[in-house]
Amino acid sequence: SVCPGDTSVLAGLYGPAEAKISKELPDRAALEVLLRPKVGLPGVLERSREQLLRQTCEAVLLGVLHPRTAISLVLQVLSDAGSLLSCCLNAACMALLDAGLPLAALFCGVTCALQPDGTILLDPTARQEQEARAILTFAIASSDRKVLMATTKGSCSVEEMQQCLAAAQRAASTVFQFYRDSVRRRYSKC
Amino acid sequence: LSIYSRTVEPLEYYRRFLKENCRPDGRELGEFRTTTVNIGKCLCSITTADGSALVKLGNTTVICGVKAELAAPAVDAANKGYIVPNVELPSLCAERFRSGPPGEEAQAASQFIADVIENSQMMVKEDLCIANGKLAWVLYCDIICLDYDGNLLDASVFALLAALKNVQLPLVTINEETGLSEVNLKQKNPLIIRKHPVATSFAVFDDTLLIVDPTAEEEDLATGTVTIVTDEEGRLCSVHKPGGSPLTGAKLQDCITRAITRHKEVKKLIDKVIKSITPK
Repeated sequence: SVCPGDTSVLAGLYGPAEAKISKELPDRAALEVLLRPKVGLPGVLERSREQLLRQTCEAVLLGVLHPRTAISLVLQVLSDAGSLLSCCLNAACMALLDAGLPLAALFCGVTCALQPDGTILLDPTARQEQEARAILTFAIASSDRKVLMATTKGSCSVEEMQQCLAAAQRAASTVFQFYRDSVRRRYSKC
Repeated sequence: LSIYSRTVEPLEYYRRFLKENCRPDGRELGEFRTTTVNIGKCLCSITTADGSALVKLGNTTVICGVKAELAAPAVDAANKGYIVPNVELPSLCAERFRSGPPGEEAQAASQFIADVIENSQMMVKEDLCIANGKLAWVLYCDIICLDYDGNLLDASVFALLAALKNVQLPLVTINEETGLSEVNLKQKNPLIIRKHPVATSFAVFDDTLLIVDPTAEEEDLATGTVTIVTDEEGRLCSVHKPGGSPLTGAKLQDCITRAITRHKEVKKLIDKVIKSITPK
């Protein structure tokens, strides 16, 4: 589970396991992502986020090493205090790491909020998100800081988007350091 | 021999074309398919809808019908109406879609359209309010794909924009004495559309090559997709890159530049069509 501030998401990964014949792919693993909101039934927003997460994970996962298997990633939102999508991305990546699945690169989620006065705020709280002009969420790959996933809410100019992207790429290093520390702690105990 | 290789080794078949900087259907990498749009009751043939448009992007055919109904506004937003988009991918448009509850692609597309409407502020919900706290318009926008040949998002956004421009809402007044609403069907006003968002989709091949307006075949072979929505001021309403191969900031910038050019082409087309159907 990942908790930046008060937002927390619990991720569970199952697989590679035997796939149903209707769902199996002949040459690669079939990844399925389920996102459960804190309150209520999953709706259209959850489905669209599931698609974002699934395609991001599929881009880094070496599925060809496990053909005809199914990998299920279940994410449960425990609390939401802003930056939910990037929290889900980080939880997904750590779950993939913890399961020991073969990955081409790691990725991390960073949310940037564009304030009405033009300043860029990283990892906004729910209140800052409401006041912001635009919220941009990026998934940055660890190998070369390229953009794996991008999603925006609200409108912004092209220059502002590039500035947010640069800020997100810089912030990605902090998140990857956090991954390294967590994994080191986990494996130093046993 | 070429048909054999296209079915057995589609990626190698495509790579041979991409090396020469063109595609099997003869297009350049940055060229769009022929776009046609039909708006209104005469050309579009949805006579029961308040506004309708049919968009063809090559073979991809998308029809959008807008129906306006009256409802009470929400308690926390008493001066706002509703715009409810819904994208449907019926099983007739492509064999990969089965009948039954909407699949992930349809739901993700519906969410994308809702986001575009919200982000671009193309319609201000306060304009849909008739009486504060009592009555407001609800616009149900149904976008149905009739033939799926790739690039659903571009065609859907275009169809939605064209249909909304075609909508004529009757004037509704609330009778002071009885408190009931009176609909005046003879007096109709068009919707106030403030911004005109246009979507441009790209497919990423082999992590480096970007092609514009992918067909269904190209989408299946691609390693990722990017959709950029711009409005007339060159502002970004949405950058939608759902996973797929990683891109540098510079490549994203190329996409944005192409999207801005495309916006101008589409705006010209839509203005021409609207002018041709306006009654003199």
